[in-house]
Amino acid sequence: MTPLAALGRTVLGLLASIGRLTLFFGETLGHMIRPPFYLREFGHALFSIGWLSLPVVGLTAIFTGGALALQIYAGGARFNAEAVVPQIVAIGIVRELGPVLVGLMIAARVTSSIAAEIATMKVTEQIDALITLSTNPMKYLTVPRVLAAFLVVPLLVAVGDVIGILGGYIVGTGTLGFNPSTYIRSTVDFLEWSDMRSSLIKGAAFGTIAATMGCYFGLTSGRGAQGVGRATKSSVATAAVLILAANFLLTSLLFAA
Amino acid sequence: MIAPQNIHKTFGGNRVLQGVDLVVDQGASMVIIGGSGTGKSVLLKCILGLEQPDKGEVLIDGQNITNQNRADMLGRFGMLFQSAALFDSLTIWQNVAFRLLRGRQKRPRTEARDIAISKLRRVGLSEKVADLYPAELSGGMQKRVGLARAIAADPDIIFFDEPTTGLDPIMAGVINDLIREIVTEIGATTITITHDMSSVRAIADHVAMLHHGRVQWCGSVDTLDQAQDPFVDQFINGRSEGPIETVR
Repeated sequence: MTPLAALGRTVLGLLASIGRLTLFFGETLGHMIRPPFYLREFGHALFSIGWLSLPVVGLTAIFTGGALALQIYAGGARFNAEAVVPQIVAIGIVRELGPVLVGLMIAARVTSSIAAEIATMKVTEQIDALITLSTNPMKYLTVPRVLAAFLVVPLLVAVGDVIGILGGYIVGTGTLGFNPSTYIRSTVDFLEWSDMRSSLIKGAAFGTIAATMGCYFGLTSGRGAQGVGRATKSSVATAAVLILAANFLLTSLLFAA
Repeated sequence: MIAPQNIHKTFGGNRVLQGVDLVVDQGASMVIIGGSGTGKSVLLKCILGLEQPDKGEVLIDGQNITNQNRADMLGRFGMLFQSAALFDSLTIWQNVAFRLLRGRQKRPRTEARDIAISKLRRVGLSEKVADLYPAELSGGMQKRVGLARAIAADPDIIFFDEPTTGLDPIMAGVINDLIREIVTEIGATTITITHDMSSVRAIADHVAMLHHGRVQWCGSVDTLDQAQDPFVDQFINGRSEGPIETVR
């Protein structure tokens, strides 16, 4: 195969994948507005994606907030700007690091789990069994998970933002000598509603991407253990890349000058 | 009556089904036999709509099954999968009552549980297993739960995909007897695919043999041993010599 043909094949393959993903997402949206609705599965997805992700989100946020405070203090010291630590930690966490890190942790924890679970169901004929039991797998498996992630990941991002700022506060007041009340006032005064709004919008987008990728790669997985492994790997890698790309796109849209 | 007509299905370059015609009368038990890779499972999937045939149609009670009316058709079906295909995340009774807990046949939860437990008893399992998860049961017990799920909504049509594969001979005999009893009891039309000749003799009213994606032979189970077809003769006697190529 010539290099040009190889390039053409790659581009066509990429476009076909984008097309399939778009159709899958469109089909998911279509099923969201048509009954039946599986409320028990939706509740289970809310619990699994939201509540059970809290520890990993909290730990990621608190360490990131602490490290960010140390970095900004050290960097700011080069031009006598150590005092801006509370403001920069707040804006850095709320606008960027909070949503992106929560999105990536959700991709690692939730996308992989959804893809592996659904792919295993496919390999063990459980998806076929669902169909023979008059149950649409898109409605039963995909819709509850995607909707739950859309609703609950913004809340996780909000929690991550607060804990990330708390991490900065602990380091700032415990190690860097900031006055606690001044630190809190500086943070609160500096943050704007638009910062919080962008954080929540990004959370909703990243949650939707993470759950959709898990369901898509799970339902389209190949046979056997290798198929399950490949589906899981591809779902996490694709979700992570799409989350970072969406972050850039949303930042461009929300904070365009 | 179930009648797949002129069913063709190709995967890549592999022509798995090459014009299968079959008629299963109402209340009859048809067993499809044939070597591995002859298209038995694919035929079952084509009838259920899990695979779309390239050509041909499936008639059920004279009505052509399309994507539009498949949901109604599936409401009349029960299926026992080769691996039982129980849902790992649900308890045993929730697996059995799956169809009764959602959709058109939805019942109150307590009623669905009572029905599930009665179906579990019918397949020889006690109420004690109702709140366990599939992973806590042996292969034979999982098969029984799969059978209970298949009959939970009293279907008109039941499919059995390799019902005794992976079971010891005694448990295979128990499953065969259960299938025969239950099918007679509820009067369902059934199609079973199997390699197991003891299953064929226990379950079948009629037998069809698939070979190279076509029906090679079809007849009453009583005439199976007298069939003059060399393919049938080789298969039912398990001979390595004969018209069916074997890979050594």
